[in-house]
Amino acid sequence: MALNLKVNIARPDDFYEELIHMQRDLSEDDVQLMNAKLILILSNHIGDQETLSEAIRVARG
Amino acid sequence: MLNTYTWPEYPYIQSEEQKNSTVKRHPVVIIGAGLIGLTAALDCAQRGIAVVVLDDNNTVSIGSRAVCYAKRPLEIWDRLGIADKMVQKGISWNLGKVFFKEDLAYEFDLLPEEGHKMPAMINLQQYYCEEYLVEEVLKYPDLIDLRWKHKVISLAQHEAYTSLQVETPDGVFSLESDWTIACDGANSGVRDMVHAEFTGQFFQDRFLIADVVMKADFPTERWFWFDPTFHKNQSALLHKQSDDVWRLDFQMGWDADPKEATKPENVIPLIQAMLGHGTEFDLEWVSIYQFACRRIDKFRYGRIFFAGDAAHQVSPFGARGANTGLQDIDNLAWKLKMVMDGQAPDGLMDSYHEERAFAADDNLMNSTRSTDFITPKNRASRYFRDAVLELSKKYDFARPLVNSGRLSTPTPYLHSSLNTADEDDFAGKMAPGTNCADAPIRVAGKKAWFLNLLGDGFRLLVFGEAPAVSEITYGGISAKVMTAGNDFEDKDGLLTTRYDGADGTVYLIRPDAHVAARFRAFDPAKITAALARATGQKEE
Repeated sequence: MALNLKVNIARPDDFYEELIHMQRDLSEDDVQLMNAKLILILSNHIGDQETLSEAIRVARG
Repeated sequence: MLNTYTWPEYPYIQSEEQKNSTVKRHPVVIIGAGLIGLTAALDCAQRGIAVVVLDDNNTVSIGSRAVCYAKRPLEIWDRLGIADKMVQKGISWNLGKVFFKEDLAYEFDLLPEEGHKMPAMINLQQYYCEEYLVEEVLKYPDLIDLRWKHKVISLAQHEAYTSLQVETPDGVFSLESDWTIACDGANSGVRDMVHAEFTGQFFQDRFLIADVVMKADFPTERWFWFDPTFHKNQSALLHKQSDDVWRLDFQMGWDADPKEATKPENVIPLIQAMLGHGTEFDLEWVSIYQFACRRIDKFRYGRIFFAGDAAHQVSPFGARGANTGLQDIDNLAWKLKMVMDGQAPDGLMDSYHEERAFAADDNLMNSTRSTDFITPKNRASRYFRDAVLELSKKYDFARPLVNSGRLSTPTPYLHSSLNTADEDDFAGKMAPGTNCADAPIRVAGKKAWFLNLLGDGFRLLVFGEAPAVSEITYGGISAKVMTAGNDFEDKDGLLTTRYDGADGTVYLIRPDAHVAARFRAFDPAKITAALARATGQKEE
């Protein structure tokens, strides 16, 4: 499974709003913790190690 | 402090050679009479090798050292006839609990597979193990010369031997050895004397160890806390040992002052907070430590071999120190015997480094990973660590990510040059390079264990019809045939399942109970080639 870097989110503005909104009233600490959880939850959902490794490399830039 | 244990004092005896100022050449000199050195002495003696063991002290391990002994090292001790004593005195356990802040995050069960003679894990104070080993060593007065208060102060390697300068209460004298096994611990002097590199990662953290005696009825489980309310932002561990002694371990941080931290007025409130006020206990031992994960560059320097902490040092999470060290000896002794007897070439000894450095690297990797989880290096990894722990309370997926120490398991020598690669397909775990799984069997109708049947030489385990020959020999080394259903009964079928033993299957098993090769048919030519390979001989 190759990492999909093409458009894949059907309603990008909705998604982005939801993400930002969910963190609006959190402390900096809680935001960091939530982000870490989100990465872990999504990583588990993807599961495939190669895809995860590729995503980690892309994110690091 | 209270002592549940009285340290034996072994007598210093001046050796004849020192008394007479003669320089004597010994076949094998072992430096260090700790867990590893004493086990090496026993393994050598049982193979008929005479050894001299030198120790700079005159008692067993003092203070809190190794606690957990895993199945494979217990099997090695069982081959040497001393495991029963350890298992009887030790505490068997299977359950572990991991807490995050005030809550239980999850529980694990080591779930030991049925049908193994040895338990998955026992806890036992190191001084007991060493005391039992010394008792056993003294049963070989003709083969093991155990010398207390003998400190090696320098050495010189020659092509055919090593000369050692040794200091005793009577002064300095010289002795020589054909072969030397350095088991002189993490601060190995021998390692410095050969100018070996000992590199790796140091961790900027300190841990306080307290062994306490208490009758409180905590269960016999391993309890690990991340960021507990009684010790904010740190980790803590509670684990039972023998004689109602409990091991407590507190992460203290890099800034902790070792002198201050170990004062009773600082330690006791910390322990009370963990155990609950009103729990009565006595302190047996308190010390503070920091650790490193590192290994020696070469396990072999000419005629000197390094084993145990002298060769590799790991973090305590996962009980990988002593357990790995014992497997070093298991790997070394049979090879040394064959080379000393002229049955195998010197090159076989190089496989000691090849196999055990591979295992050490695996241990170091696991140990470093546990440490990175337990003591996150920066804020970001701390968030990830806490995220894993919080998620693990609710969701299965996060539990395998929790790392409070991956408990020691043997590292298969999957890429060893002594292995013969499979030509056929096999199910199960017994690939070449893997340590043999135990199984219950019957010999002449009586209950027995497979590993006990192997003995200390090469073996050919055959399933199905017994072959026409009783052994295969190459270069003076024989592998004796043992056929299931003929030499013993696999009544429960567990052995056959674990080895995927369809009729005709044959395993070549090394003296350290590792698989060297396996075939689906008894082909003497192929088996001979595998035996040659497993003993470092080039087939003619």
